[in-house]
Amino acid sequence: MIGRLIERNPRFANWVWGFTPPERGTIVLVHRRVYIVPTRLGWLFAATLTILLIGSINYALALGFGLTFLLAGMGIAGMVQTARNLARLAVSAGRAEPVFAGDTTQFRLYLDGRVAFDRPAILVRHMGCGAQLVIDIAARGVGEVVLPVPAPSRGWLALGRVMLETRFPLGLFRAWSYVEPEARCLVYPRPEKSTLPPASGEATSGAMRSPTPGNDDFAGLRGYHASDSPRHVAWKAVARTGDMLTKQFAGEAGAELWLDWQLLPATLSIETRLSRLAGWVVAAERGGALYGLRLPGTEFPPSHGEAHRAACLQALALFRQP
Amino acid sequence: MKPLPHPLAPELRAVSARDLVWLIGSLVLVIAPHALRAPWWLTLLTLCLYGWRLHFTLQRAPLPSRWLVLGVAAVAMLALWVEFRTLFGRQPGILLLVVFSGLKLLETRTHRDAAVAAFLAYFLVITNFLYTQSILTALLMAVSLLATTATLVGFAAPQREPRANLRTAGVLLAQGVPAALVLFLLFPRVQGPLWGLPQDAYAGMTGLSESMSPGTLSSLAQYDAIAFRAEFEGEAPLHALRYWRGPVLWDFDGRTWTIGPDLRGAPTPPREGRASYRYAVVLEPHNRSWLFALETAASVPERARMTFDGQLLATTPVRTRLRYELTSVIGPEPPRTEVRGALARAMRIPPTSNPRAQALAAQWQTGAASDEEIVGRAIEFLRAGRYTYTLEPPLLGLHTVDEFLFDTRAGFCEHFASAFTFLMRAAGIPSRVVTGYQGGDLNPYDRIVTVRQWDAHAWSEVFLAGRGWVRVDPTAAAMPRRVESGLARAVPESASLPLMMQPRMEWLRGVRYRWEAVAHKWNVWVLGYNPERQRDLMQFVGIRDADWRALTAVLFSILGVITLGLLAWSLRRLARPDPVQRAWRNFCRKLAQRGVERAPHEGPRDYAARAARSVPDARRTILRIGELYIGLRYGAQQSAPLIARLQRLVRTLRVT
Repeated sequence: MIGRLIERNPRFANWVWGFTPPERGTIVLVHRRVYIVPTRLGWLFAATLTILLIGSINYALALGFGLTFLLAGMGIAGMVQTARNLARLAVSAGRAEPVFAGDTTQFRLYLDGRVAFDRPAILVRHMGCGAQLVIDIAARGVGEVVLPVPAPSRGWLALGRVMLETRFPLGLFRAWSYVEPEARCLVYPRPEKSTLPPASGEATSGAMRSPTPGNDDFAGLRGYHASDSPRHVAWKAVARTGDMLTKQFAGEAGAELWLDWQLLPATLSIETRLSRLAGWVVAAERGGALYGLRLPGTEFPPSHGEAHRAACLQALALFRQP
Repeated sequence: MKPLPHPLAPELRAVSARDLVWLIGSLVLVIAPHALRAPWWLTLLTLCLYGWRLHFTLQRAPLPSRWLVLGVAAVAMLALWVEFRTLFGRQPGILLLVVFSGLKLLETRTHRDAAVAAFLAYFLVITNFLYTQSILTALLMAVSLLATTATLVGFAAPQREPRANLRTAGVLLAQGVPAALVLFLLFPRVQGPLWGLPQDAYAGMTGLSESMSPGTLSSLAQYDAIAFRAEFEGEAPLHALRYWRGPVLWDFDGRTWTIGPDLRGAPTPPREGRASYRYAVVLEPHNRSWLFALETAASVPERARMTFDGQLLATTPVRTRLRYELTSVIGPEPPRTEVRGALARAMRIPPTSNPRAQALAAQWQTGAASDEEIVGRAIEFLRAGRYTYTLEPPLLGLHTVDEFLFDTRAGFCEHFASAFTFLMRAAGIPSRVVTGYQGGDLNPYDRIVTVRQWDAHAWSEVFLAGRGWVRVDPTAAAMPRRVESGLARAVPESASLPLMMQPRMEWLRGVRYRWEAVAHKWNVWVLGYNPERQRDLMQFVGIRDADWRALTAVLFSILGVITLGLLAWSLRRLARPDPVQRAWRNFCRKLAQRGVERAPHEGPRDYAARAARSVPDARRTILRIGELYIGLRYGAQQSAPLIARLQRLVRTLRVT
């Protein structure tokens, strides 16, 4: 009940925990952050011990007392070890690659054992989506956990709360702790598949021109790249020379592709427009064209390449976001 | 979003073949001692059930239906009922549990079921203690405890190496020992039983009984089970003087001597004698009330009384190992008077039984001047009669005394005692049979006298005017070596003599003496720890009149300390950074107190240089610390002397 209260009420949680999530850097699970309660199996064990104790009293079994008390002592030691399995674990978040909305983010967490003994069977669970997995951390080792978290909408996706839990070594106790490392993943708008807008000559005059590969006019042959479409492979030339060759087309001479917010019908919602623009950026990058992005208040001059694509998509992802 | 199943929840984790092998291995260890007592088919059935379960996992077959399992359970219960004619006794109940361990496995799918089976294994361990609590049992059970615990650890960490799990289990048990010790010593002990025990709870205890007929003692003498142990303060009396008094038999029906109804009236224990001995007896449970005392007891232990014929009786039957302290006097001044009615009873014989013996006694009676003379003649008669002392006496018919005295001439001590007492009564002298033990083995290593069932003995007492009851041992008269050095030297060597008593087993006896000295300590200090000892212990540490509240309070305080200690110990190992880092931190703290705080971006070299400028008095030390730290932290190797030097420098650094 208290657990639920804490989960639902962040301010109360802050008061209880004494820190304010999300936390920067490495989070060390100090002992006041690790909670421990008996599991159902633990209660069953206690009931077994009670029966053993009553039997020992009834039959005056000295060794029965010995066994019962040894098991009780073992239970206490097990409780301490369960707490120890999480204690002082250092949790830090790794980089998460940007994804498109609707895809799944791969959040990376690093669990640094920092101790000379191993920490087996630690459950890492994302509280928001329920993604979870169990890892063993070797002695002085670092465990890497990849949590697949769905990214429903564009913008920054924060990791959110993660629970670490263990029942090692006896399963009689459950120790757990919550962490919320400051980790976020950029989520691009969901790319809409649609045809690219026609290249405009608007920016041609005076601008630097470079022959950019397009797919309109045949311009020659070049070596095959794994990413080339089979439609562009020069099969005749391949049959003749035996080498894989790709037909190269020159883009529309002097044309640059402007992906412009203003070009889209005003009747479309913001999100739809962003989706379409994102789709265009992806297609343009794939097509190899020089493309620029124009958003209200921002402009990315025509270029191409991974960095350019990322910058454009980031601008779309964070468009009018706080 | 719907929460996914919890991967650590035992009810959702399927049992793997490895888990199962560990579980079955632990169970086999646990039921091994039970197999010694169980009918063979039951052990076989249980092992088959284990094997069957393993087969299902190895073949990846679905488990048998519940009905099949219930059917096997019903068949096993029926077979047990046929064997024991009941299911509610101790033995059938435990055997049922043994079978159930196999049946439980057959419906074990998840770790939760498997953990319940492991708990059942713990339970089976304790049932084994109902039969034996020897050191060997304790060791075997410790092994099975370790295996079972390692099994449980394996359930919690399925990916881990079994050897690591075994080590964890060992560490857990070892860490449990301090708490277990405290609980053992301080947990408020209640004298059981809490409720009625099954009929057969005390079955199988051997010992003397309320009656004696030909063959009773000679069959008891085949057992090497320990009757009791006695620890003397100072020297133990000689073998021939060690008569341990047990039940006194008054009534004779021509064949069997019985204890008869209890006559009230307690004699005052005699105080003077030739020698007095103080000793403690640790009596094995025999399910009867009588306590054994060296003749003649001069004190009465707690919760016991002395009957008018000198028996010590406990207030309740002795069902657990009992320790009591006593003083005895040898050759005492006995009371000269006797309870009214007792002497008449001590002369009663069936008038028509054993006519030849009666005639012989009558003949002695007419020719003798005093009772002493009759006793002397009887002893002389037995000594001259060339009687054979044997563990295998011939069977006797109707007139047991006549047949023994005049025909078979071979018997065990009960024959001699019975015949002599009968002769005395026939000659008009009040007499009675005393059963008990004679002698006992003095262990040269711990000076403890161990009395076994084969030391069972019977002798007579005659009432002589002016002297009271006097012990006469007719066996000693016919076979003096019996009381001087024990049974083994008195009977001809034969197969019927228990192995350990055969003279050629001398070296083995040496081993046994040592072992028994250890076992005695175990009995007294571990198994014999009871409410009284607990009270003594509490008094010893200064808590007087410890009731359960005081005990519980002390107990929980100590348990709390132990838990915190364990916690601190495990966290300390976690928290401690390497010594170099620790020394550096102390160094920074010292300087920070002086006002030279290290900025987060500041490296050790810059910081040390700045600190040296700020604290010119300690300039050299500070720079040296900085150098050492950089060398140890970022250098190629760590050397213990350098670390020690760094620590010393930091410790002695004065910056104020």
